[in-house]
Amino acid sequence: MTLTDTARESVESALEQGPLFSHLNPPPSYDLADHPVPHGREEIWRFTPLKRLRGILDGEASDATLTREATLPDGVTLTEISAEQARELGELAPIDRPSALAAANAGTAVLLDVPAESEIAEPIVLRLHGESADDLVWGRLVIRVGRHAQATVVITHTGSARYSAITTVLAGDASNVNVLSLQDWDDDAVHLGRDAIQVGRDASVKHTSISFGGDLVRMHANVEYAGPGGSAELLGLYFADEGQHLEHRLFADHNAPRTKSHVLYKGALQGQGAHTVWIGNVLIRKIAEGIETYEENRNLVLSDGCQADSVPNLEIETGEIEGAGHASATARFDDEQLFYLRSRGISEKESRRLVVHGFFNDLIRKVGIPSIEEQLLTTVEAELAKNVLRDASFVGSSVPGSEAR
Amino acid sequence: MSELVITDLKVSVDTEDGPKDILKGVTLTIKDGETHAIMGPNGSGKSTLAYSIAGHPKYTITGGTVTLDGEDVLAMSVDERARAGLFLAMQYPVEVPGVSVSNFLRTAKTALDGEAPKLRTWVKDVNTALEKLNLDPTFGTRSVNEGFSGGEKKRHEIAQLELLNPKVAILDETDSGLDIDALKIVSEGVNRFRAQEGKGVLLITHYTRILRYIEPDYVHVFVDGRIAEQGGPELAEELEASGYEKYLTAAV
Repeated sequence: MTLTDTARESVESALEQGPLFSHLNPPPSYDLADHPVPHGREEIWRFTPLKRLRGILDGEASDATLTREATLPDGVTLTEISAEQARELGELAPIDRPSALAAANAGTAVLLDVPAESEIAEPIVLRLHGESADDLVWGRLVIRVGRHAQATVVITHTGSARYSAITTVLAGDASNVNVLSLQDWDDDAVHLGRDAIQVGRDASVKHTSISFGGDLVRMHANVEYAGPGGSAELLGLYFADEGQHLEHRLFADHNAPRTKSHVLYKGALQGQGAHTVWIGNVLIRKIAEGIETYEENRNLVLSDGCQADSVPNLEIETGEIEGAGHASATARFDDEQLFYLRSRGISEKESRRLVVHGFFNDLIRKVGIPSIEEQLLTTVEAELAKNVLRDASFVGSSVPGSEAR
Repeated sequence: MSELVITDLKVSVDTEDGPKDILKGVTLTIKDGETHAIMGPNGSGKSTLAYSIAGHPKYTITGGTVTLDGEDVLAMSVDERARAGLFLAMQYPVEVPGVSVSNFLRTAKTALDGEAPKLRTWVKDVNTALEKLNLDPTFGTRSVNEGFSGGEKKRHEIAQLELLNPKVAILDETDSGLDIDALKIVSEGVNRFRAQEGKGVLLITHYTRILRYIEPDYVHVFVDGRIAEQGGPELAEELEASGYEKYLTAAV
């Protein structure tokens, strides 16, 4: 290393113009060589059962697609663009091998475009459906919402596939964007998704990830800021049944001053081998003075034999902030809550139903898309019918077989 | 009619050092329409008595009986006890996030009556009950006890007492942490409840202040898991003047 290099590095680090450096998140890159095939002990892979990815990491080319049905309100366009165009638009680069493979193999990309200053009241809906878990599908989507525009985007996933997708949300300055991704797959689907959001100056973005179905679902929700004053709310809800692996990885990169991130993920687990993972990473860079961040993960363990991993991480490079905090809790039913409800005459079964209903309702009411909120409440009730309402034989507040770190 | 009979009740609680006896033989009968105050220093077992009667899983009954109108209360589950006519106003009501007060009240009423209340009259009843306790009508949309002030929690407990209208109400330090205005509002609620025919009240308190607003028929002094002395309302006045000192000295 020459003296000049050293000098340049120190200037770079002072100005933070160098590549993203985080202990917990590899730098974004389109180059597959930067994302070697994992062996399972890497920080970003240690919770994921690689075998159950069923060959996605091999990165074979594939012509298979998901069928796509769209509800596009006036003014909104959905077009195919080239890979080069996606990058020119400012697509956020892949952060792991599946997203890099999706970018490399998808061929074209899809652009959902909401013009500047348009206020789209009705939700924009993309319904993606797969025919078979034998199909390997690569997806690439860019959602662009222009400055001062307002839009709600709902993406639903049903049927089955082995699906790896890279999605970018570019929220223009002072825009107001609400994006929801629903994973309601059949039992054998595998879904690796990376959603990355760039929050414009003074923009406000809400992103909700909801995972019910699929054998293995691993979703990233990453957020970074194009200027000061942006605010992001990242919500999530998951319900893991027997044998399911549902993983949600969050990364809020506070790379601009006076930005906000607020994360709340809630999950329930029931049945042998149900496994959920929640990783909440936050990086507060030197430049990010006056920011506010809070992340919270709550897991409700409804039966024996489940495992909930929950790992919040904060990397702080400046102390000049408004606030930073996190909370994580994994527990069974709260005996005191059940006692309170039952002491009013409500049966044990009904008390459990009320508590779980409340646990999720607390989150669902924040989603801000009425049609979806109702659907979610119904789905939660249906999930509960599988276990909580059927069997009231488990009580207690100890949590064998689950851990919270 | 309602008669709660507690006979030689003994209760222990599990601690790190093994079971610890809290109640060491409590005998007490609350007859039709009577209000009994239980007073005593901290740690004397007053709250344990309340929670044991309600069936909290933390407490183990090691002896004695409790009956309500002849029915064996101790053989009932927590919710069966409530449906039999017992109500416990808690000192520290529990938060239930995401469950609205109105949903909670309707579910409880349905469970107690075995059928859903008639919508029109029920909404009116709820609003009236909340209003009487000086709780805003929007209170019904808030999550149960979440973010409530100390006073709101206690007033919400008494609103439930009036709406669910049990046979016997056990009030566990409902007066603690209340300012004088809130104490009056809460006391009026309890007095409306007991003005009805045949309602029993077991009022547990550390202070004599609430007894100026809810006059008891009997006062029991609780020390070290037993009733150390009983008498009429005049006993409360005596305690006001001399405190628990003489009982504590005697117990040692």
